[in-house]
Amino acid sequence: MLNQYETVFIMTPVLSEEQMKETVQKFKDYLINKGAEIVLEDNWGMRKLAYPIQKKSTGFYFLIEYKAEGSIIRDMEVAFKRDERIMRFLTVKLDKHAITYNEKKRRLAKEKKAEA
Amino acid sequence: MAQSNSDIKYLTPIAVDTKKKKYCRFKKSRIKYIDYKDPNFLLKFVNEQGRILPRRITGTSTKYQKKVAQAIKRARHLAIMPYVADLLK
Repeated sequence: MLNQYETVFIMTPVLSEEQMKETVQKFKDYLINKGAEIVLEDNWGMRKLAYPIQKKSTGFYFLIEYKAEGSIIRDMEVAFKRDERIMRFLTVKLDKHAITYNEKKRRLAKEKKAEA
Repeated sequence: MAQSNSDIKYLTPIAVDTKKKKYCRFKKSRIKYIDYKDPNFLLKFVNEQGRILPRRITGTSTKYQKKVAQAIKRARHLAIMPYVADLLK
């Protein structure tokens, strides 16, 4: 059964632009290798943290939304834990309301873009 | 017809319990999903210290209070919202 998931992770601000992209690519490749279908990726960029994590007050946020087998999540989270560039991560399974909400949000964003 | 003396007249209407009825904003506006990535919205459900407000104050129904709490906790984990703060508002 394919479920839809959403993962947000925070990378340390000490990374260069290139290192950041490399990290993102690593996890994207991982997902693709495991047969996941990426629905959306969103780079929130550098953001201020609400409280310091590992003595850092900012971080690079990145969001990936994907459809995948539930069994691959655990291994991915282990990989997140082992990667020193990742400060925080959160994976959430999306229920039907969440999926419609995300689709609506995406549609609105698209329309806004088209207007501008 | 002359008015009887027993009639009492008030200049201003007496303050009988006219408290506004609380309602669940999620039920009213049919919000089904509460996004943990939207701190501005979640801010309505915490006090100045960043603590989650009880149902009895916000009027949220049990079903959605649970979802609000879950969303706030997720937001805290991702440092989108603080665990503790002062003067959040």
